Amino acid sequence: MSRFSLIRFLDRMSSKPSVRYLTYSFSAAFFFALILIPPILGILLKWNEIGQIFENSSLQSRALAAVYASFGIALFVSLVDVVAGLPLAWFIARGKSKWLNVLDTLVDIPFILPTVALGYSLFLFWSQPEGVSSLFGASLVSPGWLLIILLHFVFSFPIIVRVMVGALLDYQIVYEEASRTLGAPPLTADRTVTLSILKPSLVSSFILAFARSISETGATLMVAGTFENGPVFIANAQAEHLGDGPLVFVSFILIAVSFSIFAVITVLGPRLKLPTKKVWPFVERKLSGSHVALSRNTVTLAIFVLVVLLPSLFVALPAFYAVITGTLGQALSGTGVWQNYWQSLFLSYFVAAVVTFLNALVGLPMAVLIARKRAGKLPSTALDVLVNVPLVVPSIALGASMKFFWSNFAFIPEIALLIFAHISITYPYFVRAMASAIGRIGMDLEEASRILGAKPFTLFRTIILPLTKYSLFAGALLVFTRSVDETGATLAVVTTLKTAPVLLVAWVKKTSPIPATPLDISLGIGFLVLFSFMILLILRLVVRGRERRY
Amino acid sequence: MPEVRVENVSKKFGDGKIVAVDNVSLQINDKEYFALLGPSGCGKTTLLRLIAGLIQPDEGNIYIDGKLVNDVPPEDRGIGFVFQTYALFPHMDVWDNVTYGPRVKDWGTEQSNKIGREMLEMVRLYERSRAFPQELSGGMMQRVAVARALSAGAKLLLLDEPLGALDAKIRLELRYLIRRLVKDLELTAIHVTHDQGEAMAISDRIAVMRKGKVLQVGTPQELYMNPKEIFVANFVGESNFLEGYIESVGEKEAVLELRGKLRVKVLDKSMGLGERIVLAVRPEAFELNKGHKRVENAMLGRIERVRFEGTTIRYEVRLQNEDLVVVTRPTLAGERLDADEKVTVSFPPDKSFVFMYPSKGLREELLAE
Repeated sequence: MSRFSLIRFLDRMSSKPSVRYLTYSFSAAFFFALILIPPILGILLKWNEIGQIFENSSLQSRALAAVYASFGIALFVSLVDVVAGLPLAWFIARGKSKWLNVLDTLVDIPFILPTVALGYSLFLFWSQPEGVSSLFGASLVSPGWLLIILLHFVFSFPIIVRVMVGALLDYQIVYEEASRTLGAPPLTADRTVTLSILKPSLVSSFILAFARSISETGATLMVAGTFENGPVFIANAQAEHLGDGPLVFVSFILIAVSFSIFAVITVLGPRLKLPTKKVWPFVERKLSGSHVALSRNTVTLAIFVLVVLLPSLFVALPAFYAVITGTLGQALSGTGVWQNYWQSLFLSYFVAAVVTFLNALVGLPMAVLIARKRAGKLPSTALDVLVNVPLVVPSIALGASMKFFWSNFAFIPEIALLIFAHISITYPYFVRAMASAIGRIGMDLEEASRILGAKPFTLFRTIILPLTKYSLFAGALLVFTRSVDETGATLAVVTTLKTAPVLLVAWVKKTSPIPATPLDISLGIGFLVLFSFMILLILRLVVRGRERRY
Repeated sequence: MPEVRVENVSKKFGDGKIVAVDNVSLQINDKEYFALLGPSGCGKTTLLRLIAGLIQPDEGNIYIDGKLVNDVPPEDRGIGFVFQTYALFPHMDVWDNVTYGPRVKDWGTEQSNKIGREMLEMVRLYERSRAFPQELSGGMMQRVAVARALSAGAKLLLLDEPLGALDAKIRLELRYLIRRLVKDLELTAIHVTHDQGEAMAISDRIAVMRKGKVLQVGTPQELYMNPKEIFVANFVGESNFLEGYIESVGEKEAVLELRGKLRVKVLDKSMGLGERIVLAVRPEAFELNKGHKRVENAMLGRIERVRFEGTTIRYEVRLQNEDLVVVTRPTLAGERLDADEKVTVSFPPDKSFVFMYPSKGLREELLAE
């Protein structure tokens, strides 16, 4: 079938109401059957074990303290993310230097590092003698709550920057100009006009950062020390063989509370007003000065480099020594500890590619359902809230829960289980990004296209897709990188398959049959970063190459 | 009181490849209603944005009230700006939009409320204070945009195609409302438009721009009655262009030889003998008579097309020399002629303009971009 006859066929099919109905129904059914229900039902299947917690008051208070810690840290980190991330997003989106493209790409680094590598890297950087501690003669930050906060800041900060850069690039600057001509200094214009208009993006990036902090498990375990937040408590309880009760109890509270918070934000968010009435002309004028702006940008960049970038890459830096010491030769020949590395790396990228493709396939109709309220106002709003659920389930609980659920279907191969788990975790990223992008496209463009004769598929192909390209790229990037770096759930659902992060965890925790040296670990993580970066770069070039044609 | 002086200002975009404003100098007087008129892409909006301080000039200086403002940010230039898309803040209602200026300037609640009320009453929208921009019609949004621009106490009002998105009837009403406000409040206004009718009706003086340059500055009458360039003759009003040579120059008039050996007389004697020229005659300056009539500057032709345009009837006449001219006549004056009729087209010698033939050709000279 030629390309054109395929397009004609899809066009014909898309104009049939039954096909449209089936597409949306399949997308919604897929969401409920594979993404929403397994992690929830898995927990509910073990519901009767929750009694273990109530029988043991010290365990109960330990669990509740861990839950409080989770919410406290998530809230604090998300707020700091906003404060530190907004100036950087502004700097990237509004700056004129070509070097900002490099900075923009560097922001993605914490995304493409396996979280466990990130945790290990931060642990080395802040706590171990080879890191910054060497400058102070003692461990600067010991494992515990402060190191968890630093870690969560590192992986959630890029979310705020990425989302807000996109929002600022889409924003019509004429509102800011209007504000300036009415006498507002730049800071007042940004605060009272730009930020208020970008409130939906700010809220959704806050939710994403908050959820990421609530659910992260693998890296948090590496830096927690004796401190426990929700996911660490679940992992410790499992290690202490306390049964599934703690997992069910903590997961349930984290999901229920986070879900309620998101539901309230989704419903009340549009009515929430930022405090924009009051202005302080003298102070804000002073703070808008070029010296202050320069200082602000310098501090922002310094925070990014010293607190985010350097600690993230610290573990991979010694990889350069590998060239001299012969570790590189060993790695390339696949001997010793490296014998399974390349298969694991291939498996990681293969799973990530399949997961990204499936997400796009089933996520796009869902994004349309939510953005265009195709299922009716109330059901669409409900779907909008429900797609967030997998974000807030601690990845270890999600993995365990999926295992409880899918163990009832023994015929399902492990690779499928791995893909299901990754789809479940990554699904909200793609749908969220696409739903808000589609929501920003005026209905008049759709109507114009239909009146000019475009069938629904052509409308989607020629109008919606080109206009949402950046968000599509951002969504696919989040899905792909999140899948490559996922550790917690992967550990829970697989027994024989080893993805790169799982292998690296074994190296770091010294549980692999052949022990890995620190140089092996550095090089192993270095390769993962390098290949992910290359894939990222190719994706960016493809998107830019297409841009030129329009 | 604000007068605006623009001295040798240039602005380039796209790594210097696109010259949006090319060495422009202008003087806009205090309390003057001044229009920047030109086709799309001629640089008029860029020039307005330079005056507002929304972008900075690559070369040249801009003075407001005698003060050099090149490095002064827009919030300190004492301007009001009405945007083409209105740019009403979508998250604020009408009242908050209009009192935004006084608030960010910290004029106090009482003063802000007084100004907000005055401005909204002035544009007859006080009762819609609590409406959000998306609940208003285009005309209402435009009035709110004007009220907002004036509320910050600006004495210099900059308007960027403020009526472009409105329907014809409301456009006519609002252009007079804006002019009246500007005159009543004794403001200086710079109004960007591509609509020559709007510029002529509303302005004290007009600058006609093309390809980043100012071609001519003058009152609407001066531009209409005495255009200095072929482009101005065509863009301000409409003109027919006929090519020819100067055949003879007499004491009172010159004789031109047009294509097909057609001879006509004009009063302009500034061109030299044998010079290649372009004769411009406005459609409304032509006389149109049925059949063959012996009158001054008579040219025979046949009506090819007749269009009824409301107040006028538009005739397209193919002359004997194969040139096509447009003639407009008031609908209610004289008899109506039909297509295919043989006619005599003529014009009085004092109602024509003669230009030297442009070096790049007539077609290139008339192109808007």
